[in-house]
Amino acid sequence: MIRIDGVSHRIGKAPILHDITTHLPEGRLTALIGPNGAGKSTLLRLIGRLEPLQQGRVSVAGRDIAATPTEDLARVMAILGQQTSIASRLRLSELVGFGRWPHHRGRPTAHDHARVAEALEAFALTPMADRFLDEVSGGQAQRAHIAMAFAQDTDWLLLDEPLNNLDMAHARALMGRLRDLVDRQGRSVGLVVHEINYAAAWADHVIAMKDGRIVAEGSANEVLTEDVLSDLYDAPIAVASHQGRPLVLHHV
Amino acid sequence: MDKRGLSILLALAACLLLCAGLWMFQGLGGGNRGFILSLRASKLAALVVVAFAIGVSTVLFQTVAANRVLTPSIMGFDALYVLLQTLLVASLGTAGFASLPPGPKFMAEIALMTAMASLLFGVLLLKGSRDLPRMILTGVILGVLFRALSSFVGRILDPNAYAVVQSVSFASFNKVQPGLLPFAAAITALACLAAWRLAPRLDVLALGRDPAVSLGLRHRGTVLQVLALIAVLVSVSTALVGPVSFFGLIVAGLAHGLMRSTRHAALLPAAALSGAILLVGGQWLFERVLDQGATLSVVVEFAGGLFFLYLLLRGHIR
Ligand SMILES: Nc1ncnc2c1ncn2[C@@H]1O[C@H](COP(=O)(O)OP(=O)(O)OP(=O)(O)O)[C@@H](O)[C@H]1O
Ligand SMILES: [Mg+2]
Repeated sequence: MIRIDGVSHRIGKAPILHDITTHLPEGRLTALIGPNGAGKSTLLRLIGRLEPLQQGRVSVAGRDIAATPTEDLARVMAILGQQTSIASRLRLSELVGFGRWPHHRGRPTAHDHARVAEALEAFALTPMADRFLDEVSGGQAQRAHIAMAFAQDTDWLLLDEPLNNLDMAHARALMGRLRDLVDRQGRSVGLVVHEINYAAAWADHVIAMKDGRIVAEGSANEVLTEDVLSDLYDAPIAVASHQGRPLVLHHV
Repeated sequence: MDKRGLSILLALAACLLLCAGLWMFQGLGGGNRGFILSLRASKLAALVVVAFAIGVSTVLFQTVAANRVLTPSIMGFDALYVLLQTLLVASLGTAGFASLPPGPKFMAEIALMTAMASLLFGVLLLKGSRDLPRMILTGVILGVLFRALSSFVGRILDPNAYAVVQSVSFASFNKVQPGLLPFAAAITALACLAAWRLAPRLDVLALGRDPAVSLGLRHRGTVLQVLALIAVLVSVSTALVGPVSFFGLIVAGLAHGLMRSTRHAALLPAAALSGAILLVGGQWLFERVLDQGATLSVVVEFAGGLFFLYLLLRGHIR
């Protein structure tokens, strides 16, 4: 479980998060939703220790992130931020290979190479594994970044808008793969999604944020209702039902 | 490292040996061979030490700054060293400055320089790393500021002291003080070894802050460690031959071009070796063949400056 306990955050003088207490359940796929600027990325970055905690506590699988050595955390959780810029010029295979770094710290074994090949294959990147990151399309680069987090092979996987740039087939394939991680391998996944129907169709648990606060959390059926969503996005939103799960009609 | 990288490194090492052999034994004549050989050997050692220091420090700096156009000296590292020297002359006087034993004095300067540079550039890189253009501008302005301060302090000194300051503020590959050489060589060897041992972490650092942190690198600690190494190496090369602005750029560019890899285990030795080949080979060419010993530094700087412009024009800011 990821426990978030009284976390507040400011940037300069501006308050971004207000005393957030919540949790991401273990062995579940949790979706974070909310309008632009709600603080979803900030919360995810705080959990992933990409941003230093100012107030409150966060623990991942029982380890307080402020007290656990960062190299140990890297073997427990992988985080992919919303901005996926890589400073050096790398081939896709090299990028995905870095996902294994927390395990080998510079001396990859045959097992590491095998995991990298697996991750490349899983995201249909094998044919372009030797191309440079700036020589592939935006969606292909995004898949390479996700494959890197995948290769890290951690109990927790945190992804900030992983569906960015993906076409619908790859978006659905990614959600299916994450579902598979949770159902078959007992992993836990937290992700920020804007396309709310992906949360409706695939998530076990949904956390809705607005203006730095949590406004609703629970199962997809509990959170993705007309009342909650209309309030959350300040716009009337109709919700239908499809195969027992909510189907959000936000585009009409 | 792959086979190709290894064979390039071996070829570079062989080429350096060749240049060193030429430098040592070409045109030896029949005079006092022992004396000439020892003179040549100490100059050879100085050139190699300087090349290693500049090559390794530039690659390290480009990695922490996530930028392939910058060198420590463009950001004012060596100007800081010159400023420290000037302040030392100003406060101790020429006689006091000259009477200090060179070894311990050098060590103290390096320690001071490392502390100052880690503080200044640590703040700049760790706080400003999200805003690259601002960081570069600040660094460049710091460099200008240090240079201006040095020359201001220089001007209010008496003419003798000013001459001492002048001699440390211009690059020359001909004025190496032999007293410093053993210290400089030992320190450079240690710093290069430390950099080599950091190589896998440098590979991760080069990805940028967020990916590095999420892979479990102690980002802050690593950046400070690398900055300290850069400060040590820049101190050594500036103390031996004065500030050299653009040479590091050529060397780092060569290392990237030759190795076509982002692995520091390959880049660091490639930069050190190609730097040494250029300096030793260049000095041989200018001093023995063209009989123009003093001009190597000018040519190196000119070529480096052109390369800098080329990088800028090609838009290779990163
Ligand atoms: N560097 C910054 N300086 C000032 N304010 C910032 C900064 N970064 C983010 N913010 C503010 O913090 C708030 C939360 O940002 P955050 O990135 O967490 O939102 P988000 O929910 O991820 O939004 P999005 O859906 O657009 O990604 C926003 O109001 C944003 O304007
Ligand atoms: Mg966001």
